[in-house]
Amino acid sequence: MTEPMRGTSILGTEVRRVEDPDLLRGRGDFVGDVDLADPTVLHAAFVRSPVPHALVRGIGTGAASDAPGVVAVLTAAELGSDPVPPFAQINDRIGRTALATDRVRFVGEPVALVVATSRAAAVDAGDLVDVDYEELDAVIDLEEALGPDAPRQFPELGSNLALAVKDPEGEPDVLAGAHHVARLRMENNRMATSPIEGHGILVRPTPLAPASGEAGEVTGLDVTLGTQHPHLAKRLLVRWTGLPADDVRVRAPHVGGAFGGKAGIVPEHAAVVRASCRLGRPVRWVETRSESMLSMSSRGQVQYAELGVDQEGRITGMRARLVGDCGAYAGFGGSFASGSTRTMSEGAYRIPRLRYDAVSVLTNTAPTGAFRGAGRPEAAAMVERLVDHAARESGLTPEEFRRRNYVPADAFPHETKFGARYDTGDYAGTLEVALERAGVEGLRAEQRRRREQGASWQLGIGIASYVEVTGFGGSEYAGIRVARDGSLTVMAGTSAHGQGHATAFSMLVADQLGLPMERVTYVQSDTAQVRTGGGTGGARSLQLGGSAVLGAAVELRERATRVAADLLEVAEADIELVDGTFSVRGVPGAAVDWDDVARYAHDESDGLQVDHDFSQDGSTFPFGTHVSVVEVDVETGAVRLLRHVAVDDCGVVVNPLLVRGQQQGGCVQGISQALWEEFRYDEWGNPVTASFADYTLPSTGDLVQLETTSTTTPTDRNPLGAKGIGEAATVGSTPAVQNAVVDAVAHLGVRHVDIPCTPERVLTAIREAQRGEHHPWREPPAVFDDLPDLDAVDDVEV
Amino acid sequence: MIPPEFDYAAPGTVSEALALLAEHGDEAKVLAGGQSLLPVLRMRLNAPGIVIDISRIEEIKGITESGDAVRIGAGATYQDVLDSALVSEHLGLLHKALTEVADAQIRHRGTVCGALVHADPAGDVGAPVLALDARMVIQGPDGERTVDASDFFVDLFETAVGEDELLTAVEIPKHTGWGAHYEKFVRVSHQWAIIGIAAAVRVEGGTIAEAKVGLTNMGSTPLRATSVEQALVGKEATEDAVAEACAQVGEGTDPPSDLNGQADYRKHVAGVLTRRAVVAAAGG
Repeated sequence: MTEPMRGTSILGTEVRRVEDPDLLRGRGDFVGDVDLADPTVLHAAFVRSPVPHALVRGIGTGAASDAPGVVAVLTAAELGSDPVPPFAQINDRIGRTALATDRVRFVGEPVALVVATSRAAAVDAGDLVDVDYEELDAVIDLEEALGPDAPRQFPELGSNLALAVKDPEGEPDVLAGAHHVARLRMENNRMATSPIEGHGILVRPTPLAPASGEAGEVTGLDVTLGTQHPHLAKRLLVRWTGLPADDVRVRAPHVGGAFGGKAGIVPEHAAVVRASCRLGRPVRWVETRSESMLSMSSRGQVQYAELGVDQEGRITGMRARLVGDCGAYAGFGGSFASGSTRTMSEGAYRIPRLRYDAVSVLTNTAPTGAFRGAGRPEAAAMVERLVDHAARESGLTPEEFRRRNYVPADAFPHETKFGARYDTGDYAGTLEVALERAGVEGLRAEQRRRREQGASWQLGIGIASYVEVTGFGGSEYAGIRVARDGSLTVMAGTSAHGQGHATAFSMLVADQLGLPMERVTYVQSDTAQVRTGGGTGGARSLQLGGSAVLGAAVELRERATRVAADLLEVAEADIELVDGTFSVRGVPGAAVDWDDVARYAHDESDGLQVDHDFSQDGSTFPFGTHVSVVEVDVETGAVRLLRHVAVDDCGVVVNPLLVRGQQQGGCVQGISQALWEEFRYDEWGNPVTASFADYTLPSTGDLVQLETTSTTTPTDRNPLGAKGIGEAATVGSTPAVQNAVVDAVAHLGVRHVDIPCTPERVLTAIREAQRGEHHPWREPPAVFDDLPDLDAVDDVEV
Repeated sequence: MIPPEFDYAAPGTVSEALALLAEHGDEAKVLAGGQSLLPVLRMRLNAPGIVIDISRIEEIKGITESGDAVRIGAGATYQDVLDSALVSEHLGLLHKALTEVADAQIRHRGTVCGALVHADPAGDVGAPVLALDARMVIQGPDGERTVDASDFFVDLFETAVGEDELLTAVEIPKHTGWGAHYEKFVRVSHQWAIIGIAAAVRVEGGTIAEAKVGLTNMGSTPLRATSVEQALVGKEATEDAVAEACAQVGEGTDPPSDLNGQADYRKHVAGVLTRRAVVAAAGG
């Protein structure tokens, strides 16, 4: 592989995002903007369940059907009771239909779809749909759902367990012989994914129904969809409609963020597609914020974790028992406790003996899906909180305890018990940089001073070292087309929705060919233009898509050099390409420029184009250390974030501006999970944080200037040396903040506070500690005593 | 997020607005800045037959001096009030409280009188207005009447303003030279108050001569902490001296229990924050 041209290279420099001029001027198209003036487009609105669990005894659609502007009111009777092909499904007995059939399982579940000539007419008519619900008891709490008498949403399963993994190699007692065992019961809070733009879809069927008369059979679809995975979405919709793959096109316009919430398709998309096919008319659905809050959720675990340590503070073993929340049905989010959280359960440490059991449980809440990290933040939160707790109980500083237990820098590649093959790392390296940047010794002196004074606002310093898994192997496609005028069209199968691929990938091509970036047009997210693609998720895009683009550019350079050699009538080996000019070594003046080569290639042969597929052998493992500094008001429990230092290592960086953006955004969402956000239901299953008035999403006013920096430990698993950064800072920041909160009140006897660390929770912990009633551990639920074998992880379909 | 259909009227005078109210009765909703009404409409929590927009009525705009008081018209936005030199000079407590209202966009749209009539106990305007002994100017079919702030707040989202009436202004006695502080307790900056403490004190020679304390979200209406006010008189304006007087501020209140805190927690925090608010108001 040819090395990128370092020295004069733009790689590694802060090239401004080519996406921004359009976005900042409001010229970016989103699903809700596409063909806005087209009067033939119909508008869809869902009727959603207001109750968490009920049998549907009947749906009266008469009044809604008669309402002004209404074209159709559709239920499962019309749209089908076959399961929608899922992005992921962890138990093949738990399928989900596009609209509820005989039962609703969470508040917000779609029950009917109104299609009308205007959005207002569709929403108005939705109020007239009369659904007869026979309400059932609901179960919301994860551990209550495990109980033998808990209400069941799938009675035929015999329990609410959707998935279980037990550790077949688990030694009976991995903690035996430990000098001390640190134990914590931890909750990982449910989050509302909250992208700026909710879901959206515009479906155009062919042929269109005649202006008057019945729709004929639809033979093709053109779908504009807000998704992270256009090609996967197409495959799922082909299965859903039975249409030939060649006649279904899916394209994503600008997508206003996703954070995992727009993986593949959701049942609402499937409903709108069937409605459009049935009517033979274009139909658009754009989700409201209220709908998004009811349906897009993630995280949600209860973690029982124990860490054995010897007299020197070295880890001897770890036992973890986790309960993960599927919400209703059994989608992607239900896989984390048994999947990615388990994969990363050793964190950055050498853990000689490990036992890990997990169950995923059904509750009458919104189905959980991915959210920035998808199971890995949960793993890091567990490990980093537990390690911090063990350090304190061992009488060591949190940094010293970590130093004694890291996988050392000379031990890579390192394989974990559950098969994660860590590629490269220098965990102690990021720790030392972070300690230095934060000035931890000075902070500790200030902490001592405040403790001695008995100040109301106590200082806390929290450390978290994380390692996370990105890329997940597989392959990605890139192609380059050179036009006769020498301009280039670059395409890749990843699908950016805010990340800046157009910028980063154009940089790679421009750098390799010595051409200005302005000559590159970037194309993505269209199944009619881009042959194949794996989309964007799991922080895979630069390492897979970028490596594919680089491979394509290298190949194109070689081909163009052959064309230039032909044109100049010299041997290929004598040609060198500098700044877009091909010249003959040692022969001044014998040169052709890029445009000549492009024109010649078009005139004398079939042009210049390459298609390249890049495969990566396994995942990459970015890592880092965050130090967070907070103040805690011991009189009220209020927490104030003072500083947050993030040292993230994602290998080689193509554009530091884009990486910093990911670090900052990731930190904000991670900090917010630790302090502010939690999606909550009352005990009956009614969502109580269903709008931004109650769901405490932070704004700029709540944050501090984030102190982000990077170290560079390249991976050897791709030619760029790059690892994923999209989720890393989210993984690292949450436990750093949580550890800081505990540290601030540790001198009062507090050992743990669950996230989000609300003022009331913090004050409660302080008071319990004062009374000697602070117990951060209890025995896990009885289900773990005799765990059934429901290992369906292999069945997860992605 | 689309409101149900409603009629809309934008009268140019108070008398036109009153005529519309008389005509439509409980079918009508008054729109001033819309920062409470529009979310209610969009979430379909209310479906009025007609929305009467009073934001174009010139005669109720403006902030003026009215004898010993400052008069704030119903058209004045939070930001108008924040920008008023009269308010800064004579009503420091109101000024401080309004800096804590939501975010800049909302402060430029929402109105002080609109918030008072909406009477959300978690809103930041009620407690300072109550503490400063304001008088509410209400116009109705029978002309104008004045209601003391202490009689204005009836219950959750309910005030002395009748269905056929409009709150056209609030008159607040000048508190020139008083120290003031509004202590708002929130988890994120744009949030409704979990609780809020509005404190104004007049200090003479290091001793509190007069104190006024209003409470946000400690019950179904804004509250006045009169026993705390009395206990503060004659105390030195220091943390230790006022602590005891403030600690029991929650006694006799009935705050809500919700996501952000149980009632007992709110009562405890109110004691801490009242002490801090009073000390800050006294210049400590």
